[in-house]
Order: sequence, then structure tokens, then C-alpha cells
Amino acid sequence: MDLHGYGDLLLSGLWVTIKLALVSLFFGLIIGLAGASAKLSSSRTARAIATAYTTIVRGIPELLLVLTLYFGGSQLLMYFASMFGYDEYIDVGQFSAAVAALAIAFGAYSTEVFRMAMQDVPKGQWESAQAMGMTPLQTFFRIILPQVWRLAIPGLGNLFQVLLKDTALVSVVGLNELMRQASVGAATTKSPFDFYLAAALLYLLLTVGTTLITGLLERMSKPELRGGRA
Amino acid sequence: MSWEWGVIWEYFPKLLDGAWLTLELVAISGILGLVIAVPMALMRASDKMAIKALPYAYIFFFRGTPLLVQIFLIYYGASQFDVVKESFLWPVLREPYWCAIIAFSLNTAAYGAEMIRGAIQAVPKGEVEAAMALGMSKFQTIRRVILRRAAGIVLPGYSNEVLLMLKSSALASTITLLDLTGMARTIIARTYTPLEMFFAAGMVYLAMAAVLILCFRLLERRLNKFQYAKRPI
Repeated sequence: MDLHGYGDLLLSGLWVTIKLALVSLFFGLIIGLAGASAKLSSSRTARAIATAYTTIVRGIPELLLVLTLYFGGSQLLMYFASMFGYDEYIDVGQFSAAVAALAIAFGAYSTEVFRMAMQDVPKGQWESAQAMGMTPLQTFFRIILPQVWRLAIPGLGNLFQVLLKDTALVSVVGLNELMRQASVGAATTKSPFDFYLAAALLYLLLTVGTTLITGLLERMSKPELRGGRA
Repeated sequence: MSWEWGVIWEYFPKLLDGAWLTLELVAISGILGLVIAVPMALMRASDKMAIKALPYAYIFFFRGTPLLVQIFLIYYGASQFDVVKESFLWPVLREPYWCAIIAFSLNTAAYGAEMIRGAIQAVPKGEVEAAMALGMSKFQTIRRVILRRAAGIVLPGYSNEVLLMLKSSALASTITLLDLTGMARTIIARTYTPLEMFFAAGMVYLAMAAVLILCFRLLERRLNKFQYAKRPI
């Protein structure tokens, strides 16, 4: 495999891909937690909004989401901003449009993972926390979330792998991540196979790394395997 | 924000043309993928390392890399080698249509093979032994008992994979094909109404997904009839 000295280009793309995936993961997890709370809430409106969100986002292609937010993102954002009386032009950058699209997609799937994990936490825990005098918010962060986290890790690990592979879609709108840099290298050196194969191997490296880290997190989240209190 | 319903109605027939190509891609590569996946799964379920190794590497590669890379590797990558360009394969590999179908088939076969392997290993052992006891040959057992039972077990999971493929088929638009997404992008280039057109395309995708889910539910009822039958009390 001859990269004609464009290896650095690929590595810089790899770095952007990793940043993109991690930032999207962060926002996606927040959306997922909010979505799962909405799905399990007693408010009918919240449940309806969350259900509509997951059904629509899981039914349309991620590529369509990326394109919509990139080409229509400014228009959408300006529409919402004008409701609050802000009428200046707003530019949505490539990176933020990409993060928004990936986080929205990840959020829809992680909503389901979190919802199932939350349902697995016995109701009695809410009740006993309340009996101890904790507010619902305290209960959520101190009692429920640590347990949900543990139950959700395997599912979230799989979703993160999907997210990692979806970052390649962002190259379509010209963000300089791994896939885009491979295309640039392929076009200038006229050896597309080498560059796309190199990109594929780097993606493989990322997926293998993710699998290892997920396994580690899974083990760390289980006190019985960590050798803590019996 | 200006929102024009008129544009959607005007170009809706064009979008449906694109949707038709999307369905065609999904159907052809779905069937080809299944044809590749079944032998892969049987090999993967084997106990012998030598037989297991090839499907293992295949599944590892295709599940571990983005579909977009696989498409580009086939569509752009093949042209790097003069051997390919001079061979009989070139008329096929030159066409984005066939490249998309090859990439989708290989990709979905990898995910499918892993699922089918799980199903094959979930076929109750007693049923396989019973087939042997009746004097069926190994091939007969596979065809009449193992695959038949595995099909029923795998179907709910496999319908998910087909839905995921419907969504991934949007990537065909990156190699100039005018599928539903590609068609929407072309129309947008002319009318500059991204939100309206992408919204319309998204709704068509949702409708297609809904129809597919319904079809699979009917198929599952047929394949797993015994589970739905009313038991005599």
C-alpha cells in the first residue's frame, strides 16, 4: 500500500473523526436520557413527543439527516431564533451540523436503550429514596442513574460503533474527517484503492478499540467483578 | 421561514421514481445478500477452525468498517488496477448501479450471516438428532430441519436488518445514482428548497419502512404458524 506521503493527512482525518464521534456521543447521551425520561413520564404530551421523535428518526436514513441539517440547518435555526426576536443571519458550520445530525440519530436509538435500562431498575428504589427524603432529581442522579448506566453499557457500546461508522457520512458535506481525507488523497495520487483500504483499516482499528473499551467499562461497572465489597 | 408545499407536489412523481430505484436496490441486494449469508453462516457455525476462519474475517471486515468506505472501495478502488480494467468484470464495475448492489449485498450478507449463525445454533438439538434418527443425510437435515427452523427464529431480527439496509441504501446517492435521496438532492440543486424536499423524501422513507414492517409481520406469522396456533385446552 503506497500512500505517497499522504499518511499524515489520513491521521489528521482520524483525529477529526474521533473528536466528532466523542462530541456527538456526549450530546447523544443527553438526548437519550431526556428521551427515555420523557417516554417513561406520566405526561402524555412528553410521551407523544418522545415516541414521534424515535419513530421518525429511526425510520429515515442518517445520510438524509446529515444533508437536511447541513443544507437546511441555518434556515431552521433562524426560524426558531426569530420566534425569540433574533433576526440576524445564523451560519451553521459543518462541524456543528454534523454533530447535530449524529447526536440526533444516536439519541433516538439510545432513548430505547435507556428506557429499557430504566425499566429494569425496581420501582421500590424510587420509593425508598423518596422515603429517605430525596427529591426526584436527587433520586435520579444518586440512585437511578448509576444503575441505569450499568445496565445500558452493552447496548450503548453497540450504538457507539454504529455512530463511529456513521461519521463517515459527514464526508458528504465536506468536513475534513477520515473518509474525506481519504478521498482527497485518492484524487491527488490516482490510487483510490490504497487510500480507501487504509481508511477501512483505520476504521477497523477504531471499532476494535471501542469493543475493548466497552468490555473494560462493562467490567468496571460491575462491583462483583471489580473485587469490591462482597 | 418560507415553506412551499407546491414544490413538494410538483416534484413528487420524480421522488417516487427515486423511491422505485431505492426499492429495487434493496430488493436485489437483499436477495443476493441472503444467498451469500446462508453458506457463510453454515461455515461460521462449523467447529473446524479452517472452515470458520474465512467467514470470520469476512464478517469482521464488513461489520467493522463504514458502508460508505466499502462502496468507494468497490466503485473508485477497482479502477486503480489495469488488470480489472481490461478484464470482463469492467463493464460491471464501471456501473455505479452494480457497484452499489455489490457493496450492499456484501455488507448485508455479513450482518445477516452473523444473525443466521445465531439462529442455526439456537435450533433445538433434539430436532437435529430426531432428523438423524429418521435416517436423513446431513444435507437433508440442513435443508429440511436446520434452515427451516432457523428461518423462523431469525426472521424478527432479520427484518430489522432489511430496514437498516433500506436506510443505508441512501448512500447510493454518493455514487451518482438517482435513488430517493439522490433524486431529492438533484431537485434541490434546481429549486433550492432543501427543507421541503428532504422532508418529503423522509416521509417516503417512513412510508416504505412501514410497509416493509407490515410485510415481515405477515411473513413471520406464516413461518412461525405453530406459535400463533390456538392450543386445544
